[in-house]
Amino acid sequence: MRLLTYGRRGLLVELDSLDEALRLSAELERRRPVGVTELVPGARTVLIQFDPARTGLTALSAHLAQLTEVVERAGLLERPPTPGRDRAQADPAVEIPVVYDGPDLDEVARLTGLSAAEVVDRHVAASYLVAFTGFAPGFGYLSGGDAALVVPRRSTPRTRVEAGAVGLAGEFTGIYPRPGPGGWQIIGHTEAAMWDLQRTPAALLRPGVRVAFHAVTS
Amino acid sequence: MIEVISPGPLATIQDLGRPGQAALGVGPSGAADRGAQRLANRLVGNAEDAAVIEATLGGLRLRFAAPALIACTGAIGPVLINGRAVGMNAPVEVPVSAEVALERSSTGLRRYLAVRGGIDVPPVLGSRSTDLLSGLGPPALTSGDWLPIGRMTAGFPEVDVAPVALPPNRLVLTALRGPRDDWFTPSSLAALSGRAWTVSPDSNRIAVRLTGPVLERAVGGELPSEGLLRGAVQVPPNGQPVLFLADHPVTGGYPVIAVVDEAGVDLAAQARPGNVVHFRLT
Repeated sequence: MRLLTYGRRGLLVELDSLDEALRLSAELERRRPVGVTELVPGARTVLIQFDPARTGLTALSAHLAQLTEVVERAGLLERPPTPGRDRAQADPAVEIPVVYDGPDLDEVARLTGLSAAEVVDRHVAASYLVAFTGFAPGFGYLSGGDAALVVPRRSTPRTRVEAGAVGLAGEFTGIYPRPGPGGWQIIGHTEAAMWDLQRTPAALLRPGVRVAFHAVTS
Repeated sequence: MIEVISPGPLATIQDLGRPGQAALGVGPSGAADRGAQRLANRLVGNAEDAAVIEATLGGLRLRFAAPALIACTGAIGPVLINGRAVGMNAPVEVPVSAEVALERSSTGLRRYLAVRGGIDVPPVLGSRSTDLLSGLGPPALTSGDWLPIGRMTAGFPEVDVAPVALPPNRLVLTALRGPRDDWFTPSSLAALSGRAWTVSPDSNRIAVRLTGPVLERAVGGELPSEGLLRGAVQVPPNGQPVLFLADHPVTGGYPVIAVVDEAGVDLAAQARPGNVVHFRLT
């Protein structure tokens, strides 16, 4: 566990794996230390924002030291205790139909040494889990993807990515909930609404939800 | 009720935003210049988190269907009631049917117009703020909108005018290095604090985009996505820093070289395209 300063009101905790980051995030969520105003889980990190009038780096560091053992002791195969996961895992996977026609599909094929058809087959074959959410409302970071499909972000982000675009970045798959700038490698698109305020809950993808993709033609 | 006659280039409703929901992907939003928003509310005796109007540059014109008490803070520019100039940073009575106009600001970018009682549009996820990145909250104001006035008061106005320092001629933003300063070359860190940075025209409520020398990385490779906070200075592959404001994305995949403090974020929120800013790194 490595602590990095993040301005006068923030502390970035860096861990060795996604599982450790999720475990720490769940522990902090379960018993929020005094003065913590925001917790942002990341792929290898948890960002803690705090109120300097109520806590500080010394108190938070001491609290985190107590959690080190809980976070690092669990075996690699143990599932991290994400809130809501127990219930969500009993639910069937959310099925998302995808048209695999993304502008970066050929680039992903080139980067991975696979054909475009193999990229699609491998993307469809994997079973995914929403590891954490973030970036924008309704955006889920889906873990569990095929190890061969780990690709870097685009070197130049697009100024506009359409809603429903299905992208790859690092070990994750993500779906853009609404149009906006983005640097993920876009391999396809879906009509499924990721975020709908008229729906309860508004987010289709929540931490712990399982996801399966299937290929459709339109 | 208040009728929007003209919103100017961009006018939105803002309170103190949606804190504590980042893990759901919901960003903070809220007033870009928090200090000015809070002051406007205090001047009219509102709760600090009452919703106000954030007007960009000028051109906002409103008609008040009922008498009201207002205060205008932030960027410096003429405020007219029925064509007569009134003071900034002070509570001012608006008579019935009067027109309030914010003319183009001469210094600074964003003005905050508080009405005693607050603007009472329906909250979304606990806030009345317009988040231009996520689309949450009310849409930006348009001509013909009617805005209800609420009851979000906290006592009575206590001051006739607030002493507000003139904005500095030289915009210096105080920032702490890190968390990813070790991803950059020593000369890039020196350039961040030693060189002048120009505010780019594509800046908005999401971020102030800066142009200057290219900040070069000492470390190649990808940064796994991690959390962002207001004030984070992120450096994408083109080496031109991006200082995040209220409507920032909740996570990002490029390294954050430094984080600007609260006062600096408020100053940056008032920087106009073409203005020059400096960083003081500590």
